[in-house]
Amino acid sequence: MGGDADWRRPPYLFTVPHPENAVIVPAIILVVVGVWLMSAYNGLIALRNQAANALKQIDVQLKRRHDLIPNLISSVQAAMDFEKDTLQAVIAARNSAIQASAGFDPQHVKQVAAAETQLTGALGKFMAVVEAYPDLKATANVKSLQEELSSTENKVGFARQLYNDTATLYNTKQQQFPTNLVAGMAGASIAELWEIEDAAERAVPKVEFRRGA
Amino acid sequence: MTSKPTLNLFEQQAANRRKTWWLVAGFLLFFLWLGLGGDLALWLATKDMVAPAGEAVYRHSFPWGGTVLGLAAFFLTMDVLRNGGRRVVKQVGAEPLINPQTDQERQLLNVVEEMSIAAGLPMPTVYVVPEADPNAFVTGTKPGEAHLAVTTGLLEVLNRDELQAVVAHEMGHVKNEDTRLMTIIAGLGGAILLVRDLMIRTTFHRRGGSRREGKGGNPLVVIVLVVWVLSWILAPVIIRLMAMAVSRGREYLADAMAAQFTRNPAALADALAKIESHHAPTTSISNGVAHLCIVDPTGRIANERQGRWSDIFATHPPMAIRVSRLRAMAFQASKRDGS
Repeated sequence: MGGDADWRRPPYLFTVPHPENAVIVPAIILVVVGVWLMSAYNGLIALRNQAANALKQIDVQLKRRHDLIPNLISSVQAAMDFEKDTLQAVIAARNSAIQASAGFDPQHVKQVAAAETQLTGALGKFMAVVEAYPDLKATANVKSLQEELSSTENKVGFARQLYNDTATLYNTKQQQFPTNLVAGMAGASIAELWEIEDAAERAVPKVEFRRGA
Repeated sequence: MTSKPTLNLFEQQAANRRKTWWLVAGFLLFFLWLGLGGDLALWLATKDMVAPAGEAVYRHSFPWGGTVLGLAAFFLTMDVLRNGGRRVVKQVGAEPLINPQTDQERQLLNVVEEMSIAAGLPMPTVYVVPEADPNAFVTGTKPGEAHLAVTTGLLEVLNRDELQAVVAHEMGHVKNEDTRLMTIIAGLGGAILLVRDLMIRTTFHRRGGSRREGKGGNPLVVIVLVVWVLSWILAPVIIRLMAMAVSRGREYLADAMAAQFTRNPAALADALAKIESHHAPTTSISNGVAHLCIVDPTGRIANERQGRWSDIFATHPPMAIRVSRLRAMAFQASKRDGS
């Protein structure tokens, strides 16, 4: 520091006492920004893949549910041929659900969800009817099938929950500042949530007592 | 401890994560201090020494003490991480459940699969421990390779929803990689004890030999040395306290994760109450896995009381607080749905 020429210096906010700092400081800032960009980008990509994977999991569980239904029907058919409507409703709902799930991708979540909601409603009604027949319920086969069915329903529900949680996280991340600056670069788009649109699924299935006396 | 009863489950998770992060950071700092404090004192003492003519003076420029402690911790931890999970399960006498025979076993497998779907994790290997005391634990240091064991007592006592909640708690431990965390902490603690024994032995040996001290040196060196030696004397107690604090934090976190997976925190609260009331002394589940059980298998009195001092050596938080936090989450959820 010379000190003799200080009065001539304009009052700069940042003086550069060491010229090498003029290179080092911007370089550090650049590196920090670069690291942040990388981690934000990678975070978005990871979330997108997690959401896609979670959606795939729903698909897996739905297929499993579709495969279970014929077993279920055949094991109770003999005892329940007076409940033809309920059984028919389950079969019809299953067939349309299988058709809907043929085009399963994030863009068609809504259609598949609607068809599956129908099936869930039909199965719920069916389970409630089975509850009303104690001798049918007591059959070992039906009992284990009931456990399988409720477990499958749970699996569908939990897969859906995981997908919705992951998709919400992904959506929030890509909209929040400052990650939203990277969203375009990472090709992020809003993932559709798997919503229960039908009021029937929320409602408790009504049990009809039409016991052949 | 500031437990706000109005936190919802995601807020509770975030708070728990922060708290255990600080605890683990503190643990690591303490470990570093034990390893490097002596090196620091030696470095301070030797850096300004003037060499007498024609003699070389030892300058402590490489942290040998820290390196030895670090290596010991590394190898101890690696060994347990490699094959700890299977060892524990075998030691407990658990039978892997591959072909379910009874409805109960089929239900257990279904529930575990449901929870692994909810957690987004691969299905763990399921074991049943023939034991009347209701309990469950999970081991395995990779999320893809978890071993989940439940006792037959648990299957007897709980209904489906409660069993699901308990399994969800265990899957929460898997998701948070708590086995790995606790294994690493145990490895660091083990290394400290090992090196401490070694040091005690070698210092007693040296007693008779040459002890050149009292050069009237730097007071800073003396302070660092005294604090460091005191830390080593207190180390077994301190590491145990910190490990238990981490463990309790992870229990709260696993409870909150279970609430997220099942969206039914009340079921876990009910399950905990039932397990508590059916408690029987266990013989097969050892202390080593206590921190990964749903409730402390050794049945320490500490878990039942809630005092400042009774719970500092416990692996699990007081049952009453766990239940009340879960009830708070259930209340939050019902308030949201009810509107």
